Amino acid sequence: MPTLTEKKSARPTARAQGRPLPELIFGDLWEFDPAPETADPRLRARYDLFIGGQFVAPASGKYFDSINPANESKLAEIAWAGAADVDAAYAAAQKAYDTVWGKMPGRERAKYIYRIARLLQDRAREFAVAETMDGGKPIKESRDFDVPMAAAHFFYHAGWADKLDYVAPGRRVAPLGVVGQVIPWNFPLLMLAWKLAPALAMGNCIVIKPAETTSITALKLAEIFQDAGLPAGVVNIVTGFGDTGAAVMGHATAAKVAFTGSTEVGKIIMRSLAGTDKRMTMELGGKAANIVFDDAPIDQAVEGVVNGIFFNQGHVCCAGSRLLVHEPIAKTFLAKLKTRLRVLRIGDPLDKNTDVGAINSKEQLGTIERLVGIGIKEGAEMFQHPCKLSAKGYYFRPTIFSNVSMSHRIAREEIFGPVLSVITFRTLDEAVEKANNTAYGLSAGVWTDKGSRILKMSTELKAGVVWANTYNKFDPTSPFGGYKESGFGREGGRQGLLDYCRLV
Amino acid sequence: MSPPAHASFRRLFNEIGTVDQIGIEERVAKFTTRSIKKGSKVFGLKLAVSMVDLTTLEGKDTPGKVESLCQKALSPHDDPSIPTVAAVCVYPAMVKHARRALGEDTAVRIASVATAFPSGQAPLRTRLAEVKAAVADGADEIDMVINRGAFLSGEFQLVQDEIVAVRDACGAATLKVILEVSELETFDHIRAASFLAMRVLRPGDFIKTSTGKTTLNATLGNNQVMLEAIRDFYLDTGTPVAMKPAGGIRTAKQALQFLIAVKETLGDEWLNNTRYRFGASSLLNDLLRQLEKERTGAYQAPYYFSEAAESY
Repeated sequence: MPTLTEKKSARPTARAQGRPLPELIFGDLWEFDPAPETADPRLRARYDLFIGGQFVAPASGKYFDSINPANESKLAEIAWAGAADVDAAYAAAQKAYDTVWGKMPGRERAKYIYRIARLLQDRAREFAVAETMDGGKPIKESRDFDVPMAAAHFFYHAGWADKLDYVAPGRRVAPLGVVGQVIPWNFPLLMLAWKLAPALAMGNCIVIKPAETTSITALKLAEIFQDAGLPAGVVNIVTGFGDTGAAVMGHATAAKVAFTGSTEVGKIIMRSLAGTDKRMTMELGGKAANIVFDDAPIDQAVEGVVNGIFFNQGHVCCAGSRLLVHEPIAKTFLAKLKTRLRVLRIGDPLDKNTDVGAINSKEQLGTIERLVGIGIKEGAEMFQHPCKLSAKGYYFRPTIFSNVSMSHRIAREEIFGPVLSVITFRTLDEAVEKANNTAYGLSAGVWTDKGSRILKMSTELKAGVVWANTYNKFDPTSPFGGYKESGFGREGGRQGLLDYCRLV
Repeated sequence: MSPPAHASFRRLFNEIGTVDQIGIEERVAKFTTRSIKKGSKVFGLKLAVSMVDLTTLEGKDTPGKVESLCQKALSPHDDPSIPTVAAVCVYPAMVKHARRALGEDTAVRIASVATAFPSGQAPLRTRLAEVKAAVADGADEIDMVINRGAFLSGEFQLVQDEIVAVRDACGAATLKVILEVSELETFDHIRAASFLAMRVLRPGDFIKTSTGKTTLNATLGNNQVMLEAIRDFYLDTGTPVAMKPAGGIRTAKQALQFLIAVKETLGDEWLNNTRYRFGASSLLNDLLRQLEKERTGAYQAPYYFSEAAESY
């Protein structure tokens, strides 16, 4: 088809004619009116600890404020559990395990877990609003992802509870006893479901501590446990700060501890547990690479990269925070990425049209600002979304750093915010080398039209999950977990269940 | 000798890139979750009214039917704040009746589906004669169909030559090139056909999804593929090509979702009826129903709205 190229050259590009470069105008011709989600989150003014099936005041009588990061207003007071409260929670859990839950047939346990799932679905809108107010994530994510996915995890594991004889072929399984769990603030309800559902299905009892900035939906779920008639003490929720978490992780009663959070804290926990016979699973940080080859469908890869890093303000342990892009398409890709970035809507998380909400806490905002400052100082080129940010609340503009090299700190450290570092590569081997050149190994993405390349990459990438031509896809049936300093143990699927049982 | 079809396609895809179907569907699903309320809804609905190509394309069309369509186009509803539609779209034989009904001095344009619509299966000289006759009778816009047979067998030169011939026959009339997406089958083909057409179009000419005469017409997915093709072509050459989804858009809600796709893909400069149109007929009354609902706070009975031409 030589004529096609002739036609092209017969129509000189705007650039060659010296006209101004064509550009797209994403202005305010058709501005959307606010569309706030109005469901009542039904918050209490004060939340106590949930121990032995009851809400009880902390022994110390101390409470702390839970803040809405979107406007810095106080949402509720949350009990601060001390060592005595954690003791009480473990005692209640042990009692429930010995007298009820541990002995109950799986098919009976399943009924409770199904009930929890259904009650959560019934109150989905209320939970979505509460989750958004407490954590700052856009309502469209809590509504379409967090809450339905949390319910799906309960449903999936309820289905396993009467089929545990088949979870490890040729072997029988038995529960561990009481397990201690500490979860992070990025997906408060979903992480709770990831931790509770397999443990409950296996017949374990639980002491769990949500993150201090996002305790509310956990305590709302406790109301559902009461409504579902879950036997007292099967799940105990203790709220508080790092000291409470340390008490939960280090308690003598715990047969197993499960932690999701930063690699730094994970290491502290592992050190403190060295020499004990406790089992552990750790789901820690990540610095995932999204690798785009020159034959990938570019617009869809751009969409995937945007989804990979700006989903939940980048507060995702498997966020695709490094973009490795093939040199021949690097310029085009970056231009398209910036165009796409410009139509993201940043602002009030409760607005149904918001794509990127509020940063979870002032502290996290400080961390992001500090690392971005380092990125600028180290000479990377920064592009930010041009939006105005609200003066109240914790917000950060979606940010892309280009011209990043592997030695830059923004290419190595987990930022846990809406910040993407763009690195180029020339060959497949170089892409693998750069993707694996990190202490982490939680996830990776590959974008290419070539199936054989996907298979090769998925065996060579040292990452727990490798997504091909998509990103951030989750399912209760699919195990999730890390390599290297991203942790060990799996959550979801058969593999996740095996981390909550003994083989006998 | 022309190159084999697969080589033609391969070469074109190497130039313009391919499309991932699942990725496109995920992208457009996000448009459907946008929540358009109050003033922004009224603005969007009125914008959509102003973009409608009010269409009747039936064997049973009569001069009387076309006249009533033209009246509806000029005053869609009693409310004077509601704009006229962009155009009426009729068969070539009906153009002179439409011109008589609308008069010479009118904002409503006359579009006509020439070139042996919908199949395009007539000799080129017949198709060109049809175009010239429609323009001579007063058509401002010509909606042509591409030669899908030639496209699918990789004869891109033929496809483009025919578009050029029709373009030249149009004279000053605007050209809309119908790709007939359901017969192209894949998003890759839709992107490819969009580029083939755009490379020979004038600024302000349209590419259009479909005739409305096949099973699958405009969807958010194929609309998005074409919008992205227009965007890439514009950023590369500076030539702005306009877009017209046609067929299957029946509700105001759908129309708003298509407009959100335009806003977030091509931006403000495409949010007007010189750059974006809806080929539709029953859509108009649903837009009016929603506008009345926004104005009065309640849905009105259907008989409060004058009947539109129910075609596609």
